[in-house]
Amino acid sequence: MNQREKERYLREYALLKQEGKPFFPYAVAKDGAMAAVVMLSIILMSLFLGAELGPKADPTTTTYSPRPEWYFFFLFELLKIIKPANLVPLATIGIPTICMILLFLLPFYDRNPERRPERRPIATTAGIFVILAMGYLTYEGAHAGAPTQIDMETPTTLVAAGGPVLEQFETGKQVVAQSGCQACHIIGENGNDGPGPPLTDIATRLPKQAISRTLVNPTAPMPSYKALQESEPEKFDAMVTFLSQLK
Amino acid sequence: MPKLKLPAPPIPAKLNPRPARPGSTKTGPLDVAAEAGISAVDWVDERTSISGAARWMMFRKVPKGTNWFYTLGSSTMFAFLSQAVTGVFLAMYYRPDAAGGAYESIRYINNEVFLGEFVHGMHKWGSSVMVILVFLHMARTFFFGAYKYPRELNWVIGVALLILTMAMSFTGYLLPFDQRSYWATIVGVNINGTGPLVGPYLSDFLRAGPEFGATTLSRFYAIHMLLIPGAMAALIGAHLYMVAKLGTTAPPWIKADSPVKKEEKA
Ligand code: HEC
Ligand code: HEM
Repeated sequence: MNQREKERYLREYALLKQEGKPFFPYAVAKDGAMAAVVMLSIILMSLFLGAELGPKADPTTTTYSPRPEWYFFFLFELLKIIKPANLVPLATIGIPTICMILLFLLPFYDRNPERRPERRPIATTAGIFVILAMGYLTYEGAHAGAPTQIDMETPTTLVAAGGPVLEQFETGKQVVAQSGCQACHIIGENGNDGPGPPLTDIATRLPKQAISRTLVNPTAPMPSYKALQESEPEKFDAMVTFLSQLK
Repeated sequence: MPKLKLPAPPIPAKLNPRPARPGSTKTGPLDVAAEAGISAVDWVDERTSISGAARWMMFRKVPKGTNWFYTLGSSTMFAFLSQAVTGVFLAMYYRPDAAGGAYESIRYINNEVFLGEFVHGMHKWGSSVMVILVFLHMARTFFFGAYKYPRELNWVIGVALLILTMAMSFTGYLLPFDQRSYWATIVGVNINGTGPLVGPYLSDFLRAGPEFGATTLSRFYAIHMLLIPGAMAALIGAHLYMVAKLGTTAPPWIKADSPVKKEEKA
């Protein structure tokens, strides 16, 4: 916008304002009506949806699903779409940071004096695209639960061998299934394919010690299971044994 | 949307008092009460000159064509106020104690305190409502081109408010300290940690150290109920000051009457 356009806008705006109405009581009445609607919706939601409290937080338990509040779903979905590990920081912080910077600077790079949405095709299209994308990601996120079971045949060699390894394998399968790993990993047919890599054949890529190390000292965003290792080492070992048999 | 027209009834004679005739000194208790109210206001005004500001704020004109979309900002503010009030009541019972006290105190609020679950529910769902309203308000200002000259700075303040609103819900989510909130927050903090440059420092700051521990919860609590609300209140104040100073935009398709048309009307 150059100086002439700025002055033109201010002139036009002064006229519009002259032809307008005083804030009190005209705008205040509308604002008040809207505030009443907002208050009523909050009260109704509180009455009908309540404020349930889940089970108590327990760093050592294994039944949880790391689910954020619904308006963060789109971020979590973004994590899933961008899979390669070296791109994960880009998805988690990079994209939101870039979006925020773009948002902050919007008035400084959009210098077009036009204000009508239908005459700003690029801005309007971009705006609608962002709304649709966020809506889609939120919808996807709302439908992706954290499955809590693993439908996987126990390998015949293990069954034949029997003994403590078989037992550990079965326990480990339970622990993994209940630990919310599948919010981020796919194992066989179950779970979400991302943001973490598939674990279906993890043993071909990582030796047992490395798996155990990953669980205690993982790369973000995966949570650490050190607390489980300290409080219930048998469960933790079972989990590692299970994973180290997946090939 | 129908145009909102306020009725303008004739004011009853009682409310439209005539000045007393000079010389007559009859004053009833009502007159004294009215006089006391006026002089109290005058007393404050003499020392603050606040009435000018109030008049400037309330009797400024809003431009022609202002419609219901323009209520989204004030309803966001209303949701913020509702969060503040319900939050104060929750804070009267809440204990940021990671060893179990936090969870217990929320359970106590839900089960024992009079209207406790209701207020807790209002705070919980109010956060969703506020996030929705903030996004709608932002969409309105975006599609109406309201971020353009001379309101650029107000847009920038708005984006800061958007980030703070999201930060509020992130820090608040941990406070009940149930399984959901605990694990979701761990993942959230870890995600912060993957960020470039400041990422690791940010997540260390949030956790109050390299491990997710007892002080993490009180840190989240302090951020959630002191740091961010204070910053938001100040920024909303600045936002509103600029709204009043610059005036709100007219919808972009509204044109001022041309001088010719104005003469015809007259
Ligand atoms: C919040 C999502 C999340 C959860 C929950 C999660 N992980 Fe991960 N996990 C990841 C991500 C992301 C990576 C990739 C990190 C990297 O690239 O270094 C990963 C990596 C791994 C790896 C190393 C894979 C490889 O190929 O290097 C293993 C093994 C693993 N996770 C096991 C588990 C187990 C077992 C659980 C449950 C007890 C679990 N994860 C829960 C996100 C998660
Ligand atoms: C806590 C959050 C916020 C509150 C309480 C708030 C409040 C308000 C209010 C009351 C107005 C007056 C006009 C109207 O209601 O539309 C306004 C205008 C405005 N707001 Fe906000 N706002 C918030 C967040 C935002 C955000 C996130 C943005 C954008 C990124 C934004 C950008 C603007 C702009 C550009 C105007 C001027 C609009 C015009 O002149 O037409 N605000 N805000």
